[in-house]
Amino acid sequence: MEHITTPKVENVKLLDRYTNRKAANGTLYLTATHLIYVDASAEVRKETWILHHHIATVEKLPLTTAGCPLLIHCKNFHVAHFVIGQERDCHEVYTSLLKLSQPVKPEDLYAFSYNPKMSKDNREIGWKLIDLKVDYQRMGIPNDYWEITDANKDYEVCNTYPPEIVVPRAANKATVIGSSRFRSRGRIPVLSYLYKENNAAICRCSQPLSGFSARCLEDEQMLQAIREANPGSPFMYVVDTRPKLNAIANRAAGKGYENEDNYDNIRFKFIGIENIHVMRNSLQKLREVCETKSPSMSDFLTGLENSGWLRHIKAVMDAGVFLAKAVKDEKASVLVHCSDGWDRTAQVCSLASLLLDPFYRTFKGFMVLIEKEWIAMGHKFSHRCGHLDGDPKEVSPVFTQFIECVWQLMQQFPCTFEFNERFLLEIHDHVYSCQFGNFLGTCHKEREDLKIFEKTHSLWPFLLQKKQEFRNPLYRGFTAYKELQPNTLPFSFQFWCGMYNRFDKGMHPKQCVLDHLLSCMSQKMKLEDNASELENKLPFLDGPLPTEACSFPKMGSASKTPMLNTPQDYEGEPPPVLTNGTAVGDVEVMSDVDQKNKENLSKHQDPHDLKDAFGVLDSEAKDGKPQHP
Amino acid sequence: MEFAELIKTPRVDNVVLHRPFYPAVEGTLCLTGHHLILSSRRQDDAEELWLLHSNIDSIEKRFVGSLGTIIIKCKDLRIIQLDIPGMEECLNIASSIEALSTLDSVTLMYPFFYRPMFEVVEDGWRSFLPEQEFELLSSVTDEWRLSCINKEFSVCPSYPPVVIVPKSIDDEALRKVAMFRHGSRFPVLSYYHKKNGMVMMRSSQPLTGTNGRRCKEDEKLINATLRAGKRGYIIDTRSLNVAQQARAKGGGFEQEAHYPQWRRIHKSIERFNILQESLIKLVEACNDQSHNMDRWLSKLEASNWLTHIKEILTAACLAAQCIDREGASVLVHGTEGTDSTLQVTSLAQIILDPRCRTIRGFESLVVREWLQAGHPFQQRCAQSAYSNSKQKWEAPVFLLFLDCVWQILRQFPCSFEFSEHFLIMLFEHTYASQFGTFLGNNENERSKLKLQQKTMSLWSWVNRPQELSKYKNPLFEANSLVIWPSVAPQSLQLWEGVFLRWNRSSKFLDEAYEEMVTLIEYNKQLKAKVNALRRKLAELETDDRMQENL
Repeated sequence: MEHITTPKVENVKLLDRYTNRKAANGTLYLTATHLIYVDASAEVRKETWILHHHIATVEKLPLTTAGCPLLIHCKNFHVAHFVIGQERDCHEVYTSLLKLSQPVKPEDLYAFSYNPKMSKDNREIGWKLIDLKVDYQRMGIPNDYWEITDANKDYEVCNTYPPEIVVPRAANKATVIGSSRFRSRGRIPVLSYLYKENNAAICRCSQPLSGFSARCLEDEQMLQAIREANPGSPFMYVVDTRPKLNAIANRAAGKGYENEDNYDNIRFKFIGIENIHVMRNSLQKLREVCETKSPSMSDFLTGLENSGWLRHIKAVMDAGVFLAKAVKDEKASVLVHCSDGWDRTAQVCSLASLLLDPFYRTFKGFMVLIEKEWIAMGHKFSHRCGHLDGDPKEVSPVFTQFIECVWQLMQQFPCTFEFNERFLLEIHDHVYSCQFGNFLGTCHKEREDLKIFEKTHSLWPFLLQKKQEFRNPLYRGFTAYKELQPNTLPFSFQFWCGMYNRFDKGMHPKQCVLDHLLSCMSQKMKLEDNASELENKLPFLDGPLPTEACSFPKMGSASKTPMLNTPQDYEGEPPPVLTNGTAVGDVEVMSDVDQKNKENLSKHQDPHDLKDAFGVLDSEAKDGKPQHP
Repeated sequence: MEFAELIKTPRVDNVVLHRPFYPAVEGTLCLTGHHLILSSRRQDDAEELWLLHSNIDSIEKRFVGSLGTIIIKCKDLRIIQLDIPGMEECLNIASSIEALSTLDSVTLMYPFFYRPMFEVVEDGWRSFLPEQEFELLSSVTDEWRLSCINKEFSVCPSYPPVVIVPKSIDDEALRKVAMFRHGSRFPVLSYYHKKNGMVMMRSSQPLTGTNGRRCKEDEKLINATLRAGKRGYIIDTRSLNVAQQARAKGGGFEQEAHYPQWRRIHKSIERFNILQESLIKLVEACNDQSHNMDRWLSKLEASNWLTHIKEILTAACLAAQCIDREGASVLVHGTEGTDSTLQVTSLAQIILDPRCRTIRGFESLVVREWLQAGHPFQQRCAQSAYSNSKQKWEAPVFLLFLDCVWQILRQFPCSFEFSEHFLIMLFEHTYASQFGTFLGNNENERSKLKLQQKTMSLWSWVNRPQELSKYKNPLFEANSLVIWPSVAPQSLQLWEGVFLRWNRSSKFLDEAYEEMVTLIEYNKQLKAKVNALRRKLAELETDDRMQENL
């Protein structure tokens, strides 16, 4: 790789940002794809791997006596603070990382060099795993009202839509073409989801080019066709997910929103989800809150509030709930748009589908949902995730918000998803990793041009291979729950520590219920095999077996669930330098969790020396201030 | 006094009951001396509501024409509404409820009238005696003794009759120390850490006053707990400022000069009305039905509830850290030593001692560190979040402790024998109960009230196997480790099980819990089955061999 001038730097410190422990000392390596840090000071070999594509920002901080600090923020919320002895080395690593993390040419993306040693056939089968046509069939399409058309096969209707789209049968080619001229970037109304029970549909598009007074007969016919495809309802909703002011402002640019007078029997509604810039800033504020060192409760809650993050999450969720209710309870079809119909619209439509249809809460279904509403419909992953060196104002956590909404639903409905939190985090990682082709580019046409189907691998088969660790042990199956009606009062939304402080292991529960239940699941299968095997050996055995109480593990036996368990930073104030060794008793419980975690092994806490705290106590005693942690 | 005097209208028909999660139901309302009962006209004549008057925190009445409405706010934070036809009936009912829910004599409380319908297997009043606790201690160390100095509550009115003190300190010295400590609460043993022999003691503040009074016996007493050449830590649960101000009122803190082997750490934990206000604000925020996220977060923040949780946990962790990691003994006190002191000493034990994380061990902890240690339950729990009275002595000190335990439980979900339900049950019983356990403010009062003879102990009820099974944590796997919770704000959460209990349906969470229990239970049965099959097989094989040998 031409960008790597210094592939190895020794004597690099990795600071622990959250606790006041002594920094690790080790060697930093740059490879073509990863930055790897090997901690030499640890008793067990500890490695920290950071994918170049995951790096959001690299900062060189002012030189200190210890050396030259290099601060790396990752898109998956990992933060690494290195201190490199030589300024020169630091600068070279810095320059390399800047280039490596923001490639200019698409062919430099990891996916084009990633080689899992898979046969060509298997690679191709992998790309065919998700077939959207099958999902439309599942909804009963084609049917009397809806058809799959190839009107867009040469991208003449819309170059950011896929070749095959679902439109009302009643809308002929002229209507489709006419409507496309009246919609921003030709993103005409197409079907997102059909609720089979009552024929109500969720459709999506971009804003109309209505300006102050323009109208378009074909577009009006298109909406009429959508409404009439649901004979059960005399009206349909048109939902603009933007705040009203934003929509009005767009009119001056010849865009805008539907005039109720021009369209028959529509009910128009604004929902008020903020735009990508507001969301980007909000996440930035949230990041800062999460990275604050030893914040007070008040600092944290105030910061959380000021970031607005949960307010935005709630807005997206509220919109999804509105759609699902309109379809299920009011039996009305809904047409959704925002400006271009590829950010907020994607969030809201996919969330509504998830609420309405248990299929989308399975492994396969969730993959279909992401392929359908996000990838196929042209959510600009490449720009929103900043895969390539580009306009930073195009970057926005739109998909992250969707993933968080799903997590919030998991908190309220723990038995309704086939997969667990780790599956969401894994997908989120790969949206940024560029290791697989799925999320490259901005739309289907661009992915074809990039030849990703020929040159790269699809993520989904790789996720399915790891199904065992991603499944939800509490899942009650496909038929147990149908539609979900989440509570959207503010207190129902939690801060997602597992995402935004994911790499700060010390903040997480020290015993993991999920791990415990997953091991129960695998144990269960083994036991069932054992039992049937034994039963076969005892064919003459009949009558009930004595169900003897299975013995509880003895007090004092080490728990099977590994615990990361050492005192936290209870002093709060100073960074006491470690003078005590690691307490022997707790080491063995920590080591094997750490081993498992390849991504980040930085969390390993030791007891602090209390004496340092008292230094502060004494000074505090002098100026007589109350000591708060 | 006859309750009948207070009940002007004992019965009203066609009353409509509204309460969380159930459709409104019409029925007959009856008032008894201790209960408000509503039974509907369903075939089974089921009671829809059976509410202890003592659970009622406040009531409001409203009238629309002759239809009256009473809104009852309970100490367990539930809010119910009764629509009562007839203005006079409604007024009568309201005034009766008001009178019956604020009886001023303890002996009129329900526990004195409650007749248990269950068979008492084990008398809870005798389940956790200090003598038993001392016996356990004696098996590991002989440096402590059981002192009966307070037999008639003559030395310290808020201490139990027997306490554990250093062997080398005689009762005469204790008497002198008692004179030097606020409310005579001289330092006593709270916890002995078997792993390294370090101890935690608790007391009240020393009465140093402005002129720095000292007490040689006091110094000797706490020094007696130190190993040669070792230092100890005094954790004062007040800020330095507050502690300094206390000197003006005759209180104070241990001066370095007189206690050279001790380092003092101030950890500020709030008290009394500040905590009560915090609870009131928190519950108000949780009951707010507005859809405004910013408002919710700002109210949650302004309530300061989670700040208190963080402060208390931090102090407890620090105490535990001193003992376990620094190998030092610790003395904990605030002002009276009956509130924040007990929060810290009891939580530190949960962190350090696996026994406290079992059901029995936790009960024993509550008895030792709260009931016998003289936490004034009756004063603190007189009113809850809906009260209008602003009495200085009301404060959710014990609820904060339970919340902290819940936070640790959430971080170590496999380390506790009990589940969240156990903590919620204790919360309910501290505020309103048919049992006498939490009546009175200390052992002295309890003994005068003859609670042991006249009322049933909560533990007699809870510790029966069929009741106990409700509170078991299916994930429990005993571990002997010290458990260090995280006190980062990201790690602390609102205790939904208490504060959102009546505001959102827990149906889906309950189902998840059931699912978890089913999975774990099924595995246990499978294991038992496989073991039984193996044994059977082995037996048959032995039989075969024996037959071959014959």
